[in-house]
Amino acid sequence: MKWVAALFAVMMGFLVALAAPTGTGEDGRYLSPSEMALSPDGRWLYVICERSDQLLAIDTHTRNVVKRIAVGHVPRGLAVSADGRQVFVANSWNDNVSVIDAETLQLVKNVAAGFEPTSVVPDRPAKTLYVANRLSNDVSVIDLQSGQEIKRLAAGRGASYLALSPDGEWIYCTHVYPAIGAFRTPPESEITVISTATQRVVDRLPLHNVAGVFHAALSGDGRLGVAANLRPKNLIPLAHVEHAWVFGNSLTLFGPDAGGVVEVPIDELDRYFARPWGVAIAPDKSRLFVTTEGSDSITVIDIARLLEFVRTNQRSVANDLSASANYVVARIPVGHNPRGIVLSPNGKQLYVSNRLDDNIGVIDTATDKVVSTIDLGSSKTVTPLRRGERIFYSARYAFQGQFGCANCHIDATFDGLQWDLEPDGFGVDIVDNRSIEDLMGTEPFKWNGGNPDLPTECGPRVEKYFFRSQSYKENELTDLVTFVFSIPVRPNRYRLPNGELTPAQERGKAIFERTRYRDGRPIPQTNQCAFCHSGRKYTNQKLADVGTGKATDRSPLIDTPHLPDVAYSAPYLHDGSARSLEEVWTIFNPKDTHGVSNDLTKDELNDLIEYLRTL
Amino acid sequence: MKPSIWMKQTLWAASIVMVLAFASAAEAPAMPRYLWENFTTTNGLPDNHVFCVLVDGARIWAGTENGLGLYENGKWKTLRPADGLAHRAVLSLALDRRSGDVWAGTMGGLSRISAGRIDTFTQLNSGLSNDVVYGVGTQDEYVWTATAAGASRLNTRTGQWALFNERNTPMYEIWTYGVSPGPDKVYYAVWGGGLLEYDVTTERWKDYHDPDGENEIVLLKDQGLIHEITTSVSYVDKIVWVATYFGASRYDGRNWHNFLQKDSGLPSNFLNFVKAVDANRAWFCTDKGLAYYDGANWAVYRPAIDTHKPELLVRNANGKTSAVQVNTAPAHNYILGIDFQGDDVWVATADGLSHGVRQPN
Repeated sequence: MKWVAALFAVMMGFLVALAAPTGTGEDGRYLSPSEMALSPDGRWLYVICERSDQLLAIDTHTRNVVKRIAVGHVPRGLAVSADGRQVFVANSWNDNVSVIDAETLQLVKNVAAGFEPTSVVPDRPAKTLYVANRLSNDVSVIDLQSGQEIKRLAAGRGASYLALSPDGEWIYCTHVYPAIGAFRTPPESEITVISTATQRVVDRLPLHNVAGVFHAALSGDGRLGVAANLRPKNLIPLAHVEHAWVFGNSLTLFGPDAGGVVEVPIDELDRYFARPWGVAIAPDKSRLFVTTEGSDSITVIDIARLLEFVRTNQRSVANDLSASANYVVARIPVGHNPRGIVLSPNGKQLYVSNRLDDNIGVIDTATDKVVSTIDLGSSKTVTPLRRGERIFYSARYAFQGQFGCANCHIDATFDGLQWDLEPDGFGVDIVDNRSIEDLMGTEPFKWNGGNPDLPTECGPRVEKYFFRSQSYKENELTDLVTFVFSIPVRPNRYRLPNGELTPAQERGKAIFERTRYRDGRPIPQTNQCAFCHSGRKYTNQKLADVGTGKATDRSPLIDTPHLPDVAYSAPYLHDGSARSLEEVWTIFNPKDTHGVSNDLTKDELNDLIEYLRTL
Repeated sequence: MKPSIWMKQTLWAASIVMVLAFASAAEAPAMPRYLWENFTTTNGLPDNHVFCVLVDGARIWAGTENGLGLYENGKWKTLRPADGLAHRAVLSLALDRRSGDVWAGTMGGLSRISAGRIDTFTQLNSGLSNDVVYGVGTQDEYVWTATAAGASRLNTRTGQWALFNERNTPMYEIWTYGVSPGPDKVYYAVWGGGLLEYDVTTERWKDYHDPDGENEIVLLKDQGLIHEITTSVSYVDKIVWVATYFGASRYDGRNWHNFLQKDSGLPSNFLNFVKAVDANRAWFCTDKGLAYYDGANWAVYRPAIDTHKPELLVRNANGKTSAVQVNTAPAHNYILGIDFQGDDVWVATADGLSHGVRQPN
């Protein structure tokens, strides 16, 4: 009955959340400040607000917001030109970059980029703009004068953050999703290195056993690069959380000072600092600051000690949690979900964006204390939705603060990994991590359909099997579920602007909806694509045996997954064994048990996939 | 002793021959000469059967029957399936000059080599029409492939594939052998199916065929494509050059001009590959040597058919052929591919890779 009550409360909360303004910024929305950048002289602090679609200009002398500039939808990337005259904002849901005149603080123009641009960097003369596109897995090279994209460079999966070397010669690109590799192999990622002289990718630094990689930064002399990343232990049962085997939070060091690519942990033996996200290096290269967004803190590292440790050990020590004691010198508690981090030019002030508090913390680097907070003009009222969002992004509920919902659902999406979740032995019931966008009406949950509703999915399951720690309070669970149900589906890039389908997509739709084999025989209803994948979310919310079960699965019955934005969430099938949509039918459907596909030509299968990409 | 009439006649005849020979040599045009350096497995090439070659600045890629060779800084490195390559037999290569990515068509799919990372596309894991990729070419964000089951086009920005075959083009044979994308047109050599043209603006296809049909005897020489069995196409400066198993063709959009062994400098009518330099100059890879055409004159580089000694034959615009003394030749006279490195050429042969170092004439 407890969960029935919780479900009722969630539904009411969600309705209230929908009916009322969903936030409290000037236009009724929260701000959610994330990325920040300073003007070269340190006078202006620019902040992008993901939720209110704004760029804020803050006078660092008065610490007041002097201008709010409307930009595109869900801005995620921010940069200032070397001369300070232009500000660039990557609008992740508009697939473009806003160019803003820093003097007038007016929008000059928008230039088109790839799918979901999340980071932007101009070259030194601000003639060329580089944009990391998270969903097209590439970097756009844009001529700023013409506003035209010159070319795309193949990056890794989930290309998300860019860093320009101090000499302006190199751009480093990190990725929030791992490469799609062979089934049940350790995750691999890369740092893509681009030459601004040739505008080509010149190197790919391999990151082994690394999945989500966030910001990177370089020291002023360019000799030390640091990237913040996650090391998931997804090949062993999640039940090993008490053995410190779920996530490691680490830094990748690269460049001459590191002597190669080196992984070092920032966790401690009995305490974790979840999701290292933003990175700032002191101008004198004395210290390194890392926001740990799941732990509401900043980790401070002594660089000389860090490099001495690396030189002494001559190897990556990311799994040795005792290592951090050699170089971590402070942990600074800050607000909820700290993300962006920038240092003043003299290195004396450290600014941190507390994304879920709608403010900016100012830290005195001499004392490592928060000395003031810049209020961004948001209401102090905290709605259930925001409370739920804070819970979603917090790691404090897990044993020793190891991880939170957002570890696997990066930015409320997925992580591209397959997990061994249950305490049922090694390699049993492997499951792919599904997207959690637009979940309302897709119950039940779990690939085996074991959880009838979201309170059950997010409540006892997470507490018992995932976090192995305290239970959510009833109101916390209600808030969390309210937030999860509010996660919207991202814009689909494969539909034509007018909403119509291309001829190939139309042909694919006909295949998806067909009821007969090519030879005219009727296809049994339960084996028609549109029967199981029916309704607005393309799921009939029932279990089905589509022949994809493995000997290691306890049941061949699989929950019919919802399909919106299926194009982006590879790999596929319940265990992630299909690395692409094509493989779902070319490899894993030999007996036509997962829909009828073996009478299709290659053209027709391509058409079907073109249609699926539009869902 | 007076010379006999027989002796007089003989001397006279010999003098005429010498004069003619001298005159012939004097008429020989100054065709490019090369010092040929040959690479085989003995000096690091992955395999001696080289299907294709690609010049990438100072780097040379060689697609062989047993791996993709990369020659850089005087050393060979080999990529094979263990490194992520789609298949060990590499049939075609293309360079995306904007990104620097190299695309390799293999017997088992299409691979992209990008700053050391290899991404592979197959008929099972992608929209690629068939794993046997005979030809590959790049055009802005598109990668065009010629496969054993029609043509495929990958949009590298969206990941979307378009297939072209008998269902949506005039491709009555689907064994596409070569592709040459240009900014306005894309041409396909369809083995047994003539030449296909894709108009980038109208997105329409047009087919060109041998007016004689599949007749091996040329009845109508310059009235169309020389033969249906096309193996390679090269589109440069709005001119299409086509290689077939029965001669070569040049098409300027209005007129055809065909080349046969009997009336050109081609050493054979059996052509594996053609690559144009510009609207007037092209290289032809045949089973009997490498031929160069400068718009009027011809040169053939090869080991002599009979003696296997280095040979350079020059044929002038009047059809006079002369032999030029040379000391080196390509590794083999069965030529499969060529690419240009400034004034130098790199040549794929059935028995090694050859580097033609341009020499002053």
